[in-house]
Amino acid sequence: MSLRGVTKVYDTGVTALGPIDLDVRRGEFVSLLGPSGCGKSTALRIVAGLMTQTSGEVGVAAQVRENSVRQPIGFVFQEPTLMPWASVRDNVGLPLRLANLSRDEAISKADQVLSQVDLAEFADAYPRELSGGMKMRVSLARALVTDPGILLMDEPFAALDEITRFRLNNDLLDLWRKLRKTVIFVTHSVFESVYLSERVVVMTPRPGRTSAEFRIEAPSSRDEDFRTSAGYAAQCRDVSAALAKTSGERPVR
Amino acid sequence: MSNVRGSEPNPVSARDRLERRLQFVLPVVVLAAGIAIWHLIVRINDLPPYILPGPGAVFATLIEDWSVLWQSLLVTLTTTLQGFMAAAIGGVALGLLFSRSRWLEYSLFPYAVVLQVTPVIAIAPLLLIYLPQQLAVVACAWIVAFFPVLSNTMLGLNSVDRNLAGLFRLYRASGFQTLRYLRLPAALPYILGGLRIAGGLSLIGAVVAEIAAGAAGSGSGLAYRIAESGYRLNIPRMFAALLLLSIAGIVIYALLALVSYLMLRRWHESALGKD
Repeated sequence: MSLRGVTKVYDTGVTALGPIDLDVRRGEFVSLLGPSGCGKSTALRIVAGLMTQTSGEVGVAAQVRENSVRQPIGFVFQEPTLMPWASVRDNVGLPLRLANLSRDEAISKADQVLSQVDLAEFADAYPRELSGGMKMRVSLARALVTDPGILLMDEPFAALDEITRFRLNNDLLDLWRKLRKTVIFVTHSVFESVYLSERVVVMTPRPGRTSAEFRIEAPSSRDEDFRTSAGYAAQCRDVSAALAKTSGERPVR
Repeated sequence: MSNVRGSEPNPVSARDRLERRLQFVLPVVVLAAGIAIWHLIVRINDLPPYILPGPGAVFATLIEDWSVLWQSLLVTLTTTLQGFMAAAIGGVALGLLFSRSRWLEYSLFPYAVVLQVTPVIAIAPLLLIYLPQQLAVVACAWIVAFFPVLSNTMLGLNSVDRNLAGLFRLYRASGFQTLRYLRLPAALPYILGGLRIAGGLSLIGAVVAEIAAGAAGSGSGLAYRIAESGYRLNIPRMFAALLLLSIAGIVIYALLALVSYLMLRRWHESALGKD
């Protein structure tokens, strides 16, 4: 996945993004970290094709596998964005139904993915019956159901409480290790970005450009031990300082 | 103090239960009081039935004339149902068409509004001249009832969550898929709300048209019976027919509310409890 000199100018004349260059290897976990309104969500939407860039090029190497639906990208919104009138199972199966798979196929694949996110027993529930964290996991399951090569996540856990967020962080890491998707994760949390990603890309305030990059040193199995380790704290401090510098604010001590 | 509290477990929920019971009891009390006052006024003033019949006389007429009134009620209900179906199908279909084509919306929507704001009592005599009677009566019911369905359908189809719409674009959903899986379900609560209004309105439309038709000297619906009884000073029968019309209206509303509840109870806020 690569972006080359991509910019976005809104109809109002506001330049929201770039020019920005970004390369993401297959299977890599990259976080885009930046202050609110820096255009990181815009970048993600451009990659997803939900928005078109004003200039520049977007290259997405689609890895279409034999048994996968031809949908190279999965997207997780900041809100769970579930259909309230459909069961969890039907919500997760939706992308397959939209790809014209039969209902039976969609259901069996949806159930499979739901068990991956530990929600198998809630397949018949409706979204309103679930907690915020569970809704987010349904949303994640839906993004995974087409077996996409790339997973784009737009501040997916920002609205959750800390305990739930930590848990979902670990679940996401487990899934990533198992499925080896390319993940681009947008967040404004330094701690979350360092905990999750192999690489953190710090963006400037609007119009967003990349201002610094950090390769995160971490044990292969990141867990709560890593979250409390000195190495984690040091890297958070570095990233935080870089973020503060581009935002023009004093670094966190 | 704590003893006082302890002796009265759950004061809040007890008050809630009382309030819920009052919700049903109070209207019944008002009804009974109204009937009693009505009865007393007739009794004390010794009013003849052609001025104001007492509740007993109205009830007796209802039973005595049941076969005539029942037949008339069926006629009116048939008209109402036909008008309602036409309004439901027409309103939803037109709403869908408008959502597909802005052109069509700009061309036709103003006239839908014109049709809505022109009093149906003024249109009915004209329709009765140019259309066969039954068709004219159904057309009146349709005119009155279709606009809420149309405007609610349009509102509903445009009330789709933006992120969900983005999701459907991401998965390259076709226009038909977006309609079937996203826009129609999202619009359903609005459409059902429109239908609930339309049910009562189509009864009103049917009655208005029947009265207009009755003035022209023909008809067999309940409203026609009211007009006819008025000419003959058969006031008790007027009241009996009016009573039947009100009950019909209440039943129609209750049925549509039930349908709406059954269709939305699994997910929509309007059909869920307060908690």
